[in-house]
Amino acid sequence: MQQEPHLSPDTGAQPPVFTLMRPGPGDLTVALTGSWTLHGHPPDPTNLLAALDQTVRRLYFTSDGLTHWDTRLLIFLTAILDTAGQRQIVVDRAGLPPGVRRLLTLSEAVPEQVTYSPTGRELLATRVGRAVLALVEQGREVATFTGEILLAILALLAGKKPFKAQDFWYFIQNCGIGSLPIVSLIAALVGVILSFVGAVQLQMFGAQIYVANLVGLGMVLEMGALMSGVIIAGRIGASYAAQLGTMQVNEEIDALRTMGISPVGFLVLPRILALMLMLPLLCVYADIMGILGGSVIGVTMLDLSLVEFLEQARKSIQLSQFGQGILKASVFGVLIGFAGCLRGMQCGRSALAVGEATTSAVVTSIVLIVVSDSFITYLLYR
Amino acid sequence: MTPPAPAITVKGLTMAYGSYVLQRDLDFTINRGDIFVIMGGSGCGKSTLLRHMIGLKQPAQGTVCYGKADFWALNEDERATIIRRAGVLYQSGALWSSMTLAENVALPLQHYTELSPEVIADLVAFKLSLVGLAGFEAFYPSELSGGMRKRAALARAIALDPDFLFFDEPSAGLDPISARNLDQLILELRESLGATVVIVTHELASIYAIATNSVFLDSEAKTMLATGNPKLLLRECADPTVLNFLTRGTGQREVRTV
Repeated sequence: MQQEPHLSPDTGAQPPVFTLMRPGPGDLTVALTGSWTLHGHPPDPTNLLAALDQTVRRLYFTSDGLTHWDTRLLIFLTAILDTAGQRQIVVDRAGLPPGVRRLLTLSEAVPEQVTYSPTGRELLATRVGRAVLALVEQGREVATFTGEILLAILALLAGKKPFKAQDFWYFIQNCGIGSLPIVSLIAALVGVILSFVGAVQLQMFGAQIYVANLVGLGMVLEMGALMSGVIIAGRIGASYAAQLGTMQVNEEIDALRTMGISPVGFLVLPRILALMLMLPLLCVYADIMGILGGSVIGVTMLDLSLVEFLEQARKSIQLSQFGQGILKASVFGVLIGFAGCLRGMQCGRSALAVGEATTSAVVTSIVLIVVSDSFITYLLYR
Repeated sequence: MTPPAPAITVKGLTMAYGSYVLQRDLDFTINRGDIFVIMGGSGCGKSTLLRHMIGLKQPAQGTVCYGKADFWALNEDERATIIRRAGVLYQSGALWSSMTLAENVALPLQHYTELSPEVIADLVAFKLSLVGLAGFEAFYPSELSGGMRKRAALARAIALDPDFLFFDEPSAGLDPISARNLDQLILELRESLGATVVIVTHELASIYAIATNSVFLDSEAKTMLATGNPKLLLRECADPTVLNFLTRGTGQREVRTV
């Protein structure tokens, strides 16, 4: 549906047309007729621009036949006025509707000065240089952030309260109890998968009972910590980045700073501590769920009894191996909290930046989890 | 001059959040070409009234009519057709932060017209020059000052040459000079585009400078206490609350212009 906001819409829409007249030597009159709106198809101004040659000294307009107009007419006129200005032709705008004249004046008012140009193609060397500088800057930010966390920990150890206890308990509850359902599901299924993969191979040797060893060791040493780490990275790490990122956008973090409250101590430390404490517990829980999941396959496919399976699994695991999984989980917790909060604090001030921070927090967490896992395993088995 | 034609008519409007009634029995008419001010203290429902007019919130009771069409009785497509004729300037600008100014202003044009990209680029450049931001096409909103962001948002609001312009606290967060310039710009655009303007504000300077008609909402009475030209209200209104507001608590009936 067509809306014609300007002048009185009493006539039907006529096509926009201009005609050129030369009332006297050196004079050119442009007569505008019809409906010049965003929904019409105004004529090509090329003829008109070509007609503004050396012979023309003065340009006039008439708009008696103009029925409707909007910004479409204005950009047409702007093009003509620019050309006329360049060719030093005197323009008389008296024949244009008053609204058009006013808008043209308004658009020609002194604009804000453009202080710098934000775009434009740069040389390869410039871009490489910028990337390197950005990398250095990022390294500096990570170092500063780590330092601030250490200072906050020192403050905590010195008996100060950098954050509210209530916040801390909320984070504990959210990442601990709140994560139990999803951790149960994933860990049990991982146990089932491990058990199933092992069962097919070990059955060939008649060594079905060792499926329990495989599942037990697999969960306790690796999968319990790894799977709960990955789940928490997605569930909690991402939400930390989004929370802090949004606070950055709303200048809430600046508000804390100006009150002399360390945002790292107040916001970051309780989150990291909560993850550091809860991830080992989740890991233990995941270990148990995984072994139970594995035992389902043991009982249904391998004709083992539940007691037999669990006993065999228990015998295969040493306490130090159990501790190894818990240690890993604790490290993962710190890394997830670190990555999530770092990305949140680095967030820019736009909706897009919050999204990027969240994505980046999850990706960074998972990379850190896998890298640190290999590193710890290497150190322990050297 | 033709006699004033009603552009927006609000009849018996009750606004409520659940069972909590914010305002009831609102009756007023906005004529074509008016600069209509919705005024009142904080929290009385000014912005909510605006949200009822631009289709973001449904009335608990009563009607909002555009011309003769009862807005909330129409189906969604018909409502969209009406609201396409309106430009809205939100309190904080609400520019899309991931797009440049040019993309912000171009989006409604790309969405509702079939113009070529070159013509759209020309239109965008012209709209930005109207608000004094010529040459800022490639900037992101976060790279601008508060006042410039407001003006860029205004350029987006007028992208489709709207018949109705709605402003939510246009001068909030601006210095007095920028606020006055924005007022002048609104006046100028109203004159040239022939649009009907509805403004939510409690800035007295701006109310006296530009308003031709108004409604006064009160949070205690939970209804409107007065409607009419604010300068006339200042001279004639007997209601102590309205008078108190219009005289900034002094009770002296004289127009202060800045």
